[in-house]
Amino acid sequence: MSCTCQCNKQQENDIQKNPKTWGPLQELLEQYRGKAGSLVAILQGVQSIYGYLPQQVMEYIASAMKMKPAKIYGVATFYTQFRLQPVGKFLILLCQGTACHVNGSERILTAICEELGIKPGETTPDGLFTLNCVACLGCCSLAPVMMINDQAYGPLTPDKALKIIRDLNASEQQACEGGKE
Amino acid sequence: MKIRIGLGSCGIAAGALKVKECVETEIQGRGLDIKVQTTGCIGMCHAEPILDVIDEQERVYTYGYVTPEMVKKIFDGHITGQSPVEKYLLATPEKECDFLAGQKRVALRNCGIINPEQLQDYVDHEGYQALKRAVTKMTQEEVISEIKESGLRGRGGAGFPTWFKWDAARKSPGNVKYIVCNADEGDPGAFMDRSLLEGDPHAVLEGMAIAGYAVGANQGFIYCRAEYPLAIRRAELAIKQAEERGMLGKNIFGTGIDFEIRIKQGAGAFVCGEETALIASLEGERGMPRLKPPFPAQSGYWEKPTNINNVETYANVPWILANGGKAFSAMGTDKSPGTKVFALAGKIKRGGLVEVPMGLPLKEVIFNIGGGTKGDQKFKAVQMGGPSGGCIPEELLETIAQSC
Ligand SMILES: Cc1cc2nc3c(=O)[nH]c(=O)nc-3n(C[C@H](O)[C@H](O)[C@H](O)COP(=O)(O)O)c2cc1C
Ligand code: SF4
Ligand code: FES
Repeated sequence: MSCTCQCNKQQENDIQKNPKTWGPLQELLEQYRGKAGSLVAILQGVQSIYGYLPQQVMEYIASAMKMKPAKIYGVATFYTQFRLQPVGKFLILLCQGTACHVNGSERILTAICEELGIKPGETTPDGLFTLNCVACLGCCSLAPVMMINDQAYGPLTPDKALKIIRDLNASEQQACEGGKE
Repeated sequence: MKIRIGLGSCGIAAGALKVKECVETEIQGRGLDIKVQTTGCIGMCHAEPILDVIDEQERVYTYGYVTPEMVKKIFDGHITGQSPVEKYLLATPEKECDFLAGQKRVALRNCGIINPEQLQDYVDHEGYQALKRAVTKMTQEEVISEIKESGLRGRGGAGFPTWFKWDAARKSPGNVKYIVCNADEGDPGAFMDRSLLEGDPHAVLEGMAIAGYAVGANQGFIYCRAEYPLAIRRAELAIKQAEERGMLGKNIFGTGIDFEIRIKQGAGAFVCGEETALIASLEGERGMPRLKPPFPAQSGYWEKPTNINNVETYANVPWILANGGKAFSAMGTDKSPGTKVFALAGKIKRGGLVEVPMGLPLKEVIFNIGGGTKGDQKFKAVQMGGPSGGCIPEELLETIAQSC
């Protein structure tokens, strides 16, 4: 059963504070309760709820699903899909696979890094863009390719890539201003 | 008259959704009565977005590199004016394009032709007939011997004879067995499996169900990498539609045989394409390979007998049952019968997906179908397969493509 220091209780309270994520999290755990071998699917679910895997949530799952925290952490760090830090609203997956490489993906990388002022793996200070390099997106005939939130773009040139990012940025600024009125 | 638009990932990335919107606007604006169909990837990725105009006699005119401006001209010229717009045409009923002319399509038979989101389209192309015949008229041994006759070998890399694995799983003791479809496709440059799942998901499902019957498994899994969201969505939809029609799920074709398929998403680890690592990942663990034996056919998912094949391997199966193993082994080479799908990418003129008989020299694939190097630069080398494949220099271009 739970430990005497009540730390589990404490965690639950914190996560519970946000009703937006608490409900879906409970639903997710309910769906996989008692189903062996669901850890990868659970973590995928958690990531789609929170955008990443918050440590607090992983610890909560460990106690709620009766798993060792080390096991959860082990699986979470094995797969590149899982993120332990929050990501930006737009997740840019820039391909550096063979086909993209020979078609100049490095130039795209340089251009995006300069534009956003971040390195691969980092997020812009405004929390809008995260840049990750990946091996292959399976759209090699459109190389070089990037994918932003499940939508693929290609064939890219540095200019084209920058335009896509600037357009997203502009639409975001507009939405913000619209919301303020 | 009908209009068909390719909506694979590549097509969408190249702007096919915008083209579709324009087509619909033109139809409405002109008050025309024309059906707009969508399809998966035809393989001519280099020419996306692609639009087919199909006349009353089912004759197909293919337009490539279509832009919203071109849509208007195609409507003015071809749809309203009844004369095809020559300068945008890739292929006409009279003249196949070079890209398609050299191909023989078995696994890709329906890709770019049917609507992958509509089960009826697949059924109209003889879909699920092979499964029906297998479960109602054939024994497990007969199915396996047909596959043996075909000489089909695994398309996932190792090229192991498919019938042998099925037979081993069938003979393994136990009532609970599993079928797994390997759709992890991690090799950079490869997108055969994605296009198949996006363009003709039912062919893969049907192949899996036939394998399930042959080895005595009631449960199948597709392990698909998460980088393929569209493939996952289409496969999910296809499973649902086939279950509703009693072609998958419980009591298929009223035989009392069950075969359910679930999709599990990979989480980004190249090594999970290896079968034992894949199984560990399916079980929710870190995807660490283990030593063989035991082989999955003896001890796989949850230590039960498990047959694991590649997407393309399964897609060939319904064709083989429908046309006979002999028809399949008549193509390709003695050692390696049938056809193989290749993804052409890099500095090549016509990149895309091609299916050719095994044994075709690389030179023909690259130059006759792929059109040669971009900008006709000097050819230096081609990388075959993924990181585990080698680089083949110019002097070895006569090398034939087959699994060894
Ligand atoms: C490192 C590694 C990666 C692999 N990746 C894949 C893959 O992405 N897709 C695949 O079908 N097979 C892959 N394989 C081969 C599988 O282990 C297995 O042989 C195959 O799925 C069997 O299916 P088949 O008999 O239909 O070819 C990989 C093997 C290794 C060693
Ligand atoms: S051989 Fe390569 S892919 Fe396989 S485990 Fe070793 S490093 Fe990973
Ligand atoms: S190598 Fe970049 S999409 Fe395949």
